[in-house]
Amino acid sequence: MRKDYDIVVIGGGPAGMAAAASARESGITNILILERDRELGGILNQCIHNGFGLHTFKEELTGPEYAARFISKVKEAGIDYMLNTMVLDISPDKEVTAMNREEGLFTVRAGAVILAMGCRERPRGALNIPGYRPAGIYSAGTAQRLVNIEGFLPGREVVILGSGDIGLIMARRMTLEGAKVKVVAELMPYSGGLKRNIVQCLDDFGIPLKLSHTVIDIDGKERVKGVTLARVDENRKPIPGTEEYIPCDTLLLSVGLVPENELTKGMGIDLMRATSGPKVNESMETSREGVFACGNVLHVHDLVDYVTQESEEAGKAAARYIKSGLKRGAAVEVEAAGGVRYTVPSSIQPENAEDKIVVRFRVGDVYKDSWISVYYDKERILHRKKRIMAPGEMEQVILKKEELQKRMGLKKITITIEEA
Amino acid sequence: MRKELTCIGCPMGCQLTAVVEGNEVVSVEGNTCAKGASYAKKECIAPQRTVTSSVRVEGGVLKMVSVKTAEEIPKEKTGSCMKALKDICVKAPVHIGDIILADVAGTGVNIIATKNIDPAERALA
Repeated sequence: MRKDYDIVVIGGGPAGMAAAASARESGITNILILERDRELGGILNQCIHNGFGLHTFKEELTGPEYAARFISKVKEAGIDYMLNTMVLDISPDKEVTAMNREEGLFTVRAGAVILAMGCRERPRGALNIPGYRPAGIYSAGTAQRLVNIEGFLPGREVVILGSGDIGLIMARRMTLEGAKVKVVAELMPYSGGLKRNIVQCLDDFGIPLKLSHTVIDIDGKERVKGVTLARVDENRKPIPGTEEYIPCDTLLLSVGLVPENELTKGMGIDLMRATSGPKVNESMETSREGVFACGNVLHVHDLVDYVTQESEEAGKAAARYIKSGLKRGAAVEVEAAGGVRYTVPSSIQPENAEDKIVVRFRVGDVYKDSWISVYYDKERILHRKKRIMAPGEMEQVILKKEELQKRMGLKKITITIEEA
Repeated sequence: MRKELTCIGCPMGCQLTAVVEGNEVVSVEGNTCAKGASYAKKECIAPQRTVTSSVRVEGGVLKMVSVKTAEEIPKEKTGSCMKALKDICVKAPVHIGDIILADVAGTGVNIIATKNIDPAERALA
């Protein structure tokens, strides 16, 4: 099989579906989504809890319901999609090599590519916890899939390492299904999860959260028999004498997500250290012309609503690229400074931008009663007080195209946190 | 009676102390905005939760279908709600919004499907 498409979208999760749908609305009729799973929807299919869509639909949906709205959109728009299809390679001139059972190995030529592959969980191997490799150690997302989609309960007595939202959600889920969750241990002195999840997933069930604690040993050869927790100091080193052995048959790891950028790297696209995702401009375009990125492959999000917004921007921009091309030439650099870990986008070419440009970013620490400031070169143009900012919550500022265009010769936009 | 709780209104997570007399919250302390007071009032008198889970499907492309309570139910009914869902098995096809179990645990609230499950023979490739 060999076919040409104006836009090929890699991944049929919330990012890929929103990008495809918005490119379609912008007038591109020739779009293909390639999805490796047996259905569209991505990770939302296993996120059966509610709380999705408050921004997008003004109502509280579960993950599968949120996904279903976009699946309908994709189908109604007549967008082509292929399931059970794995993309193996994308060449620099946008020839996509993929395979599935029906077609075998095949290539599709794309006018533009939208990368929407999502992210992957950090595994045990990334943590350097000593011990054998017994059964009973799962990433929280794997356990979530087993319980919610496959219908298996992976353990009865559970310890969870990491208090990100997936870990908290799984603490409740395993408890509701009859398991005993003994403790959630968090390396940092604060949880990366939403307050709502700490209250409704841990406090509701009396599950203790131990901050500044980590797992220093896993006991068991065939199956997990227990883990040893220890308190850590301010340098995150275990403190001798604080060890505590907790018998359990299962250890869930909720220790971070990493954008899945093997295909991106294969194309020689520039990645950002802070996000492990590609560097993009105002059009969500990577360092390779005509290759766009959105959603968790770009930077890990906490709310799917923001994934949807960002992906719609990417879909629109890709459509513009196909129809009339994007303007090239000197762009304004967006710099992350003073507590801001990164920004998306990291450069802006005002001529290509929408009237309002959303700059999304994360802070590196917890900030109370501090200001988000934006500088155009040396001039401060925005100074907004926030009662609280935390690494677990994505922040954003909105810049106006009109103002950027007025400032000829603007070199740099700086986004920074200024403390009281 | 004094009740200690964490506000879920925003990432501040204010530690609230509510004084409850009978069926009424007479004072809330520790909140730094109006959200905290109204949260404490609701949470101390009649805490409500949406319960989500998944139940077995027969003859579908997947073995499980995700479900939820169509509205929030009293928090203390969560356990009996889960018990009522334990042995339920539905037949494919299932559509979003289908009633899986009516009036769960005497709450007057239905359990509804949150995912479409096609029958196995119509499975997409």
